[in-house]
Amino acid sequence: MFKDITLGQYFPVDSVAHRLDPRTKLVLLILYIVAVFIVKDIWVFGFIIAFMLFMTAMSKVPLNYVLKAIKPMKLLLPLMFLLNLFMIKSGHILFSWKFITVTTGGLRQALFIVLRLIALVTGASLLTLTTTPVSLTEGLERLLSPLKAVKFPVHELAMMMTIALRFIPTLLEEADKIMKAQLARGADLESGNIFKKAKAMIPILIPLFVNSFRRAEELALAMESRCYHGGEGRTRLKVLKFHMRDLWAVLIFAALIAVVVILQNTFPIDRYAADLILGLLGKKQ
Amino acid sequence: MPIVIEKLTYTYQSGSVNAFTAIMDVSLTIHDGEFVGLIGHTGSGKSTLIQQLNGLMQPTSGKVLVDGFDMSDKKQRAKGRALVGMVFQYPDYQLFDETVYKDISFGPKNMKLAPDEIDRRVREAMRLVGLDFDEFAEKSPFELSGGEKRRTALAGIIAMYPKYLVLDEPMAGLDPAGRRAVLAMIDDFRKQLGCAVVMVSHSMDDIARSADKVIVLRDGAIFASGTPAEIFSRSDELYEMGLEPPFAARMASELKRHGFRLPGGIYTNEALADALAAYKGGDLNV
Ligand SMILES: Nc1ncnc2c1ncn2[C@@H]1O[C@H](COP(=O)(O)OP(=O)(O)O)[C@@H](O)[C@H]1O
Ligand SMILES: [Mg+2]
Repeated sequence: MFKDITLGQYFPVDSVAHRLDPRTKLVLLILYIVAVFIVKDIWVFGFIIAFMLFMTAMSKVPLNYVLKAIKPMKLLLPLMFLLNLFMIKSGHILFSWKFITVTTGGLRQALFIVLRLIALVTGASLLTLTTTPVSLTEGLERLLSPLKAVKFPVHELAMMMTIALRFIPTLLEEADKIMKAQLARGADLESGNIFKKAKAMIPILIPLFVNSFRRAEELALAMESRCYHGGEGRTRLKVLKFHMRDLWAVLIFAALIAVVVILQNTFPIDRYAADLILGLLGKKQ
Repeated sequence: MPIVIEKLTYTYQSGSVNAFTAIMDVSLTIHDGEFVGLIGHTGSGKSTLIQQLNGLMQPTSGKVLVDGFDMSDKKQRAKGRALVGMVFQYPDYQLFDETVYKDISFGPKNMKLAPDEIDRRVREAMRLVGLDFDEFAEKSPFELSGGEKRRTALAGIIAMYPKYLVLDEPMAGLDPAGRRAVLAMIDDFRKQLGCAVVMVSHSMDDIARSADKVIVLRDGAIFASGTPAEIFSRSDELYEMGLEPPFAARMASELKRHGFRLPGGIYTNEALADALAAYKGGDLNV
């Protein structure tokens, strides 16, 4: 039941992407998101996708693993597509039947939403697939450390994130075990209306919470008994260091943004695409 | 009618890079009223195997038939599952209700029994596991000790009157007195309910005492299966697998190595004592 969730999963192989500094990778993710959002032309999006495939190849993570991240959105994506397709009315009318109208603007927007979501989710999952949770949070802590000046609890936040990421698989596994134990006692989780189903979840949620609280308490004790007292004066076993490859990676991603901007301003093919489609359909503007 | 397992294979995360075959081509039969002991090193697939018995996991290939009900079939599974009571290793995964009484009645309630029948069964189950009704019925299951929690979890299953009682390491983490008590309890309700028992355990001493049949798993396949006498006569092999054969079996094997002429099939302390007593008066240094 919980086996589809790959969020935050790490794929242990050795590649350039794995060896990059986590701080670099976080910055790269931001650059990538910027690129995804400034794209205005559908055809330039093809370029983003090609870049995505290039990054996947560099990371040595199998492509189907990266694409798995889309799986939880298998309902959301078609829904977003259809909503945008039918609700947005701009540009030229492509198709009209009773109260349904599809416009070029709607089609464009619908395609954009779906492509952007896929690009963002796969990009983010590539980050977690190539970065261990520990180094990810360490990178985040170091990136945000300037905020310490304004008393923002950066270390605490990073520690909470580390612990949360660490316990997601444990929690899923435990939910699975509890569910089995209650199913074995004849619990019926599937039939009935939504209220009945919600009520049927009680025998699963209560042990899950009770065990989580107990574990949190034990963890806190274990940390304190090893003299954990927050981030102050704490040093690292492995100090993060930038390498040449980090500089190169940032330059490549900056080039991506530059190329996107130049391409869509020099060859705005998209603007003519509507005319093209209409021409093919044999309709006048 | 028995539980029949035919050429069962189970693969975790089948088809992915992490695919792991935990059970490989296992066939066995569990007859009515039989006490089957299942032993094997950690990770040998014991828990995976017994979870197939009530359809919590379905075979990747092969068949599990519980009294003829095919556990791969969704409709038949419900009927088969009602016959198999499963006690998991950790009671913390099971206890959830406000009081011990309510928690034990969860199973019987799901079976849609009449209220007075539920009450009768809860009382009897509590008596069988040795939980005093007046003292524990209204207690919260979360404020019990480890041993009491385990008893409550056990009672929750017993109250469903399973035809097959499946226990996954019911004695893990208990002290010797607790182990003996649980073992006595299992014997007790086997007599009272006439159910078959499948017990997973590391301790062969525990299994030696009550099992009719012993199955040894190794890396997901059956390594040996037979009567306790047959299995424990191979105590040296078991020892090499990282298992702890019954004390008496190891002692007998050691004594034989030193030249004692002992009969075969010794695996309980009583049998060993008898065999040694037979030497009384005779010369011990053969
Ligand atoms: N959810 C799972 N996913 C993948 N492998 C698993 C899972 N659960 C158990 N295994 C593996 O299957 C094997 C058998 O496990 P298990 O049946 O729990 O063994 P036992 O109960 O004999 O200790 C182990 O090697 C274990 O690592
Ligand atoms: Mg186990």
